[in-house]
Amino acid sequence: MNADILNTSTILSTNVLVKNNSIPYEIIDQEINPYVDQWEAEGKFPAHKIFKILGTAGFLGVNKPVEYGGLGLDYTYNVAVAEELGNIRCGGIPMAIGVQSDMATPALARFGSHELKEEFLLPSIMGDKVACLGVSEVGAGSDVSSIKTKAVRKGDEYVINGGKMWTTTGTQADWMCLLANTSDGPPHRNKSLICLPMNLPGVHIARKIDKLGMRSSDTAEVFFDDVRVPCKNVIGQEGMGFTYQMIQFQEERLWAAASVLTTMDNIIQETVQYTRQRKIFKLPVLYHQAVHFRLAELQTEVELLRSLIYRATALYIKGNDVTKLASMAKLKAGRLARELSDSCLQYWGGMGFTSDVLVSRVYRDFRLLSIGGGADEVMLSIICKYMDTLPKN
Amino acid sequence: MSGRVLVGVKRVIDYAVKIRVKPDNSGVVTDGVKHSMNPFCEIAVEEAVKLKEKKLIKEVVAVSCGPQQAQETIRTALAMGADRGIHVQVTGKDYETLGPLQVSKILAALAKKEDAQLIILGKQAIDDDCNQTGQMTAALLDWPQGTFASEVSMEGDKLKVVREIDGGLEMIKINTPAVVSADLRLNTPRYATLPNIMKAKKKKIANVNPADLGVDLTSRVEILRVDEPPQRQAGVKVETVDDLVGKLKDTGRI
Repeated sequence: MNADILNTSTILSTNVLVKNNSIPYEIIDQEINPYVDQWEAEGKFPAHKIFKILGTAGFLGVNKPVEYGGLGLDYTYNVAVAEELGNIRCGGIPMAIGVQSDMATPALARFGSHELKEEFLLPSIMGDKVACLGVSEVGAGSDVSSIKTKAVRKGDEYVINGGKMWTTTGTQADWMCLLANTSDGPPHRNKSLICLPMNLPGVHIARKIDKLGMRSSDTAEVFFDDVRVPCKNVIGQEGMGFTYQMIQFQEERLWAAASVLTTMDNIIQETVQYTRQRKIFKLPVLYHQAVHFRLAELQTEVELLRSLIYRATALYIKGNDVTKLASMAKLKAGRLARELSDSCLQYWGGMGFTSDVLVSRVYRDFRLLSIGGGADEVMLSIICKYMDTLPKN
Repeated sequence: MSGRVLVGVKRVIDYAVKIRVKPDNSGVVTDGVKHSMNPFCEIAVEEAVKLKEKKLIKEVVAVSCGPQQAQETIRTALAMGADRGIHVQVTGKDYETLGPLQVSKILAALAKKEDAQLIILGKQAIDDDCNQTGQMTAALLDWPQGTFASEVSMEGDKLKVVREIDGGLEMIKINTPAVVSADLRLNTPRYATLPNIMKAKKKKIANVNPADLGVDLTSRVEILRVDEPPQRQAGVKVETVDDLVGKLKDTGRI
């Protein structure tokens, strides 16, 4: 337990280092935030441009190996960067950055061949190539093991047929980390992760999906029509794809939870400022006890979530399996983000319902958190598994 | 010239923050408010680092005066490429009344101690807008000054400075050692990259007391009261130019 606390202070000092130098904040301030409204309206942000800026500044490969352009730091730094990205005035762009830096690449970094890492990992870390993750399908989201996309071996190539859904940055990506069935057999052992260049013949971007929120992040539906890819593009061992993807999920979930902390802080602060100057019945809205008490309650919950994330991260960097805590963090993040944005929006009154304010965008963006990256129900099932409360056959 | 450059960096309330006056009108609210390096100081650091990259100077030393948090500002300078830092510890009441006169005395003492060839400062800080520290430091050291610099170059052991003045641009040549204050268009500060932030962790920051430098921090200035600017009154719309002229005459404006 004490080790826990000591390790948490590493995270805190990391966060102080990154936060108080506010370096991602400067990039966010100059290169991203001034354009968010425009990109939200256009339904897309310029991924190549932004990732190149972030890559050059060292933010896309924080815990990745130095020989491929990464910084070789521990995961506490990823969490610190995820928190800083919450200063972006929308959810779509941090989400896309997270896919690039922490969701499409962990398995490749850990299990990929040197050749594959040179071709896909290094340029992704430098921001020269845009990555996307192809796991979910039209018929399979939470139930990853029932995906249908097939990669059939023909000589030293795989021929891929099928499709992927909900592909973040899919319309701009140079390559996809693709999960596909590479053999017949038990569903947890017949899948592989494949590095798939998106410009191969047969890869079709069927449509860009029009969404309730996360509008500046382009989300694609992709089809594969006899796409041929060399067998050497498999990450690690054939058949291990499902396992690798499960391992990737711990980092993905911690990252997702961390990425909403600062946004929640900022929304509370903006709501405080708004309600301080907005008068109702001759008093500032903020002066009504229901309002300032509620905001205090919400801030308390944010701090609790922050502590959970830091604790899970501290255990993770020591080599522990933090699936239970990471799932709890993701679950709580989804629930709290929705509750917080809803409560705060209420205090903005009519203005909260307009497109002119950040709180309404965050309200829309945050709704995804309970669905994407592992739905709340999946998180609950995982926690129940650890609590041994699931029905037995 | 292959010597040492001193760069002053000040920790100020971030430019994007909405400033609020304390209820007792004694100053502005600073607790829990986002602070960052003064933008003109960032430009000063960038210029110093550029000179080092051109091999015109050997070492960039970042200096900041203030409480513990001033170290964060120095770390940012280190992350931008400064070699080491000096934190001059000033706290409490002394910090509240710290102004250009005290800071320039500190910088002058440090310049002598460090055998600096050049001091680069931001032209002013965005919290007090004094625009005095550079000039006072030069006077105390009896060094030439190139203020409001929008371009700095070395010609032998002389400094060519292009200054932004009301009438346009003025070009001067001054001897070194000298004091330069940076204006907006001098350069565009680089983003400190995460690898550089990590390297900056290993760079040294020395702690110094003003007393060790023989500097008296007593202020000659007492702040009596701080108020918000008066609320902007609504304007009046008129139909024609004649109406406009009439109204201007009525209110004694013309």
